[in-house]
Amino acid sequence: MATSVLKVEGIAKSFGGVQALKGVSLEIGQGEIHCLAGENGSGKSTLIKVISGVHEPDAGTIEINGKRFSHLSPIEAIKLGIQVIYQDFSVFPNLSVMENLALNMELMGNRKFMNYKRARAIASNAVAQIGFEVDLDERVENLSVADRQLIAISRALLQEAKIIIMDEPTSALTKKEVKALFAVIKQLQARGLSILFVSHKLDEVFEISERYTILRSGENVANGRTVDLDRKTFVYHMTGRQFEDERYEAPSAAGSPVLSVKGLSLSGAYSDISFDLAPGEILGITGLLGSGRTELVETLFGILKPDSGSIAIKGKKAEIANVKDAIKHGIGYVPADRLTEGLFQPQAIRRNLVISVLDQLSSRLGFLRTRAIAETTKKWIQDLSIATKNPELPVKTLSGGNQQKVVLARWLANNLSILMLNGPTMGVDIGSKYDIHALMRKLASGGLAIIIVSDDLPEVLACASRILVMRDGAFIQELDPSATTESTLSELSTGIA
Amino acid sequence: MISAERLTRRSEPYVFAAIVLLSILIQVRSGQFFSGNNLVDLARSLIVPALFSIGCMMVIVSGGIDVSFTAIASLAMYVTDRMLLASNYSGSVLLAYAISAGLGLLMGALNGFLIGFMKLPTLVVTLGTSSLFTGLMFGAFSASASDVPPAIARHGKDILFTATNPQTQLTSNMPVQILILIGILILVFFLLRYTMLGRGIYAIGGDEAAAERAGFNVRWIKMFLYCFVGVLAGITGIARISMMAYADPSTMLGMELTVIAAVVLGGTRVTGGLGTLTGTILGVALMTILSNSLILIGVPTYWTRVFTGAVIIIGTGVTARQITATRRRRAQAQKTSA
Repeated sequence: MATSVLKVEGIAKSFGGVQALKGVSLEIGQGEIHCLAGENGSGKSTLIKVISGVHEPDAGTIEINGKRFSHLSPIEAIKLGIQVIYQDFSVFPNLSVMENLALNMELMGNRKFMNYKRARAIASNAVAQIGFEVDLDERVENLSVADRQLIAISRALLQEAKIIIMDEPTSALTKKEVKALFAVIKQLQARGLSILFVSHKLDEVFEISERYTILRSGENVANGRTVDLDRKTFVYHMTGRQFEDERYEAPSAAGSPVLSVKGLSLSGAYSDISFDLAPGEILGITGLLGSGRTELVETLFGILKPDSGSIAIKGKKAEIANVKDAIKHGIGYVPADRLTEGLFQPQAIRRNLVISVLDQLSSRLGFLRTRAIAETTKKWIQDLSIATKNPELPVKTLSGGNQQKVVLARWLANNLSILMLNGPTMGVDIGSKYDIHALMRKLASGGLAIIIVSDDLPEVLACASRILVMRDGAFIQELDPSATTESTLSELSTGIA
Repeated sequence: MISAERLTRRSEPYVFAAIVLLSILIQVRSGQFFSGNNLVDLARSLIVPALFSIGCMMVIVSGGIDVSFTAIASLAMYVTDRMLLASNYSGSVLLAYAISAGLGLLMGALNGFLIGFMKLPTLVVTLGTSSLFTGLMFGAFSASASDVPPAIARHGKDILFTATNPQTQLTSNMPVQILILIGILILVFFLLRYTMLGRGIYAIGGDEAAAERAGFNVRWIKMFLYCFVGVLAGITGIARISMMAYADPSTMLGMELTVIAAVVLGGTRVTGGLGTLTGTILGVALMTILSNSLILIGVPTYWTRVFTGAVIIIGTGVTARQITATRRRRAQAQKTSA
């Protein structure tokens, strides 16, 4: 490894009795792209805040370019060349691009007065460094997420950054934007800057980093060179659990289709889509953003109206004019960002589970039948193996994955025959992700027909019994996951070999 | 240069247009609006709310809200008044301003400490201190309308010029206190635009965490801000009683809501980060015209309040619409880049 520019040792930090970091170490070499990985709550964010001087550690040392410190102030950290690009990019939405770029510099220079001419010069110099074209007078709140990130990066470069810490920089970006970002990161590396890339996304860690450090529950669990790391070990270190690579095969006697779609078209979204879905199948639909995948499932759920084509449910032609129709036909849909949003967080798990079927669980006079509710609750907690000691606890006490099971249970309670999930594990921890995958396979083998829409290719491969690749609004190929690799899938969906 | 498109996104042009239309309407119906004495009267009634609105705008820009400035102004001027009366002071009015500003500073510092250092919510703090200061005034100092010391009385008679309406022979005096307003406007304009402290106030209102990370001393900026508002309030208190020629402890109480409304009407974003002096003064001017000049066209006083209320709702409604428009533009920018 090249000479280390940053070395932290034995960092401990607790917040009101909760030990967030229990003696953590991390070392980054010059010109190195280092990945700091760990699940939510592993202590990543706290560590970044200690390094950037936001938190004072209870114990441990921070060594920067050979100088040792017991703690830093934010200003000291910046003067030592540490720049953090936060998830929210730490920009001022109400100020112009120019001020956003120049203010930090001017503050570092202890300027008391604002000189707009100088600010403009600083700003144009900043964006020029990474060849970023933007109107310096535009208010930042009017820019896209990717542009705001580029502002944060250009700003970091202004202050003679030596180490740039990026906190989950890709979470709000599209695939294309991620590519552009990685190009910028490589460009920075070429200048000799060190990058600490904080992420819990496997693919990104492998794609961009040279070395890694993995944290779990505030402790170091692994570090080393990324080339020596494989997917399985990575996941094991992140979660502390062993997962087998799973594939799902639909029961061979799949039976007659529960859903058949014929020649479905919606102008501007997709055209001439036909497929069948049998009980027990998990159909994976993959494709890029804008390939029409979301519009397709939204049509099946009655949110959009198709221009032409027909939908049949259990062999009978079905008219799905709105969401209510779809639910009546036994179709459930969980949109990408809504998986946990529909929960009443402070309310008991039991109440959250039964809310959609209360009419079935009440007497003729409208009183709730407590015993029936208790039984239903027990059934779902068992069936979906929701990990909780007591169904009376509020939903917010559950982990993300278990919360999602509660959402699923709600749909399932409605005698569902087709369940559609859009990006079922977007933004979910790896551990919970595996649990949700296992649950989907279990539900399908119990006779439910499932459609998952996802651009997470390993997820599609692990869950689907059949894959349909969508590009520019059309199905371009049907694949058998057991005979498909991630790279073929990726080539097909992007059209780039 | 501000492009035409960007200009339409701001509220100053709309408020300005409303003022022009209203003035023309009143002029046409009464023929009295653009008379010298009416304009001087307007300027005179504008001084106190405008002084208050400057501090109020700064607080709202920083992402806070202050409802205690009228209480600070009242207590500061009242204590100053009684002190000077008790000591038979007969010197310059500057001492009155200094004492009142000093008392305002202390009271503002209490707000600043609770908000900046204890990180308590601004509305709760200023509601509390407002009640505290008013209570002290009426309780501990058993305040009631009182005379003003000679220094303040003389100051109240200092006038810049007198305007006479040739038709009605009514005269109005332009008080020197308008110079205080102009001076403070210049000072605050410079402060907000050309000092890092001023930019810090905007930065905090945009994103407080980002301001902290950028190296702004958020606590002390807030401390300064509330102290400054306190000083302004103290000065405003003396300006007010000198123009009225007696110290009525409750004369300013209750003005805070109208001032806040005028500030918001002038385009200051309620959630912080955006606001200009021009807009604020235009907002105050519009409110002053509504409450002062509608009477010229025979609108009864209680109907004036109805109009004022309607203007506040329409004005803030426009601001709210602009915020949603901004969000939509952002969403669109996101889409095109995706």
